[in-house]
Amino acid sequence: MFSLIRDTLLSQAVTLWRVFRKLFVKADTVQYPDEQPYMFPRWRGRIILSRDPDGEERCVACNLCAVACPVDCIALQKTETEDGRWYPEFFRINFSRCIMCGFCEEACPTNAIQLTPDFEMAEYVRQDMVWEKEDLLIDGTGKYHDYNFYRVAGKQVAGKDKGEALNEAEPVDVRSLLP
Amino acid sequence: MFTFAVGSGLSIASILLAVIVLAAMLIWVERRLLGFWQERLGPNRVGWFGIFQVVADMIKIFTKEDWVPPFADRLSFVLAPAIIMVVVLMSFAVIPFTPEIGVIDSNIGVLFVLAMASLGAYSVMLGGLSSNNKYALLGSLRAAAQMVSYEVFMGISLLGVIVLAGSFNLREIVESQADGWYIIPQCIGFLIFLIAGVAESHRLPFDIPEAEQEICAGYHTEYSGMKFGMFFVGEYLGLVLISSLITVLFFGGWLGPSFLPPIVWFALKAGFFIAFFILMRAALPRPRYDQLMSYGWLFLLPLSLLNLLITGVVVLNTL
Repeated sequence: MFSLIRDTLLSQAVTLWRVFRKLFVKADTVQYPDEQPYMFPRWRGRIILSRDPDGEERCVACNLCAVACPVDCIALQKTETEDGRWYPEFFRINFSRCIMCGFCEEACPTNAIQLTPDFEMAEYVRQDMVWEKEDLLIDGTGKYHDYNFYRVAGKQVAGKDKGEALNEAEPVDVRSLLP
Repeated sequence: MFTFAVGSGLSIASILLAVIVLAAMLIWVERRLLGFWQERLGPNRVGWFGIFQVVADMIKIFTKEDWVPPFADRLSFVLAPAIIMVVVLMSFAVIPFTPEIGVIDSNIGVLFVLAMASLGAYSVMLGGLSSNNKYALLGSLRAAAQMVSYEVFMGISLLGVIVLAGSFNLREIVESQADGWYIIPQCIGFLIFLIAGVAESHRLPFDIPEAEQEICAGYHTEYSGMKFGMFFVGEYLGLVLISSLITVLFFGGWLGPSFLPPIVWFALKAGFFIAFFILMRAALPRPRYDQLMSYGWLFLLPLSLLNLLITGVVVLNTL
């Protein structure tokens, strides 16, 4: 009898009191459009293409991002400049398919493709969700300020011969017997 | 005709208007209060503090397609939501709001309210049965089971008050509380009536006939548009009715210190219980319906009979 009263009335009364106290607790709600939440710098949002410190495109059109993309929303075509640099002829991201997983950023060997904290990308027309290279390219270096792929890689381009990259030894002449 | 008196046109019109507007406003009040109790904000966009949320909801519900399923029994399907509105509004006829405001001064007020509450169960049962839908039928089945178990002790729990007041007239019950509210001698009766009232108005934790998580929306699964709206507003009207009844029967109705007018005292007391019902919805889990039935038959019914017995003994000894 006592346990019945305890279970039916007392415990319910305790619950009621505890919920009532929530009236004086500040609500957790962030009233979004009026009140902007703090977006962390590493938030995975809208994708951009960055430039190296010299202002050239970082993307070398290796297609690794397009391969890594689980929803196949990236399309690009490789081409070359006359001084030997590779770059994408077009670079297209269909943001209506993109799931902001960040795999492209992880796959990118040159830190070219990066995700930003911006997420407000709603459009009225579906075709407007497809972003071309000129929409994606930014003027800065993004999250990595000093990295310059052609300055550290062994790839030969105009103005930088074999062995002239940072931390790169002179090429060995394999046909010579001299030390 | 145009003065406040029991049964005057002005009185009737203002009660009807106030009660329906209040019931509609409760949609917003409930969502807001639930929000606060769940550490959210609730609807606060339309108008000041979201007060016009009701208007937006009404526009939506009026412009919705009023669809009757082809497999439903048309007559009773249409009749069911009307019944609940009519019987709950009829119950307000005997509620004494103040000495001047009221519709009728009936000698059988308590019985009339109980009778109307029983008729309200027809709305729920017909609605579920005519929908020709398994979930709706389950809902009305539960409603019937629930009604059988709570209506008995709901009536008996009020008998203590009636014994003390010596009248079925709600107005006389209020006047007889001038030297002490019945909550003190009848606290057990009050608790039983409170629990029965929750079950009566199908509110959480006893919203077993419409339990969303188990059986869609129960008896009003197939309803849409204004027919659903009538069930919805009918439920809030029932909430206002039960709160008013508790105020009248146990908390002295309009009685209170004279620095506030009687209607304000009535509104304050009833408003307190409306808020309490919403708090119960925010806090308490729903029992199974066999638990509700065994709780009703095995615990509350004997308790209410005991309460009546003791009240009778005390009243007879002090005569």
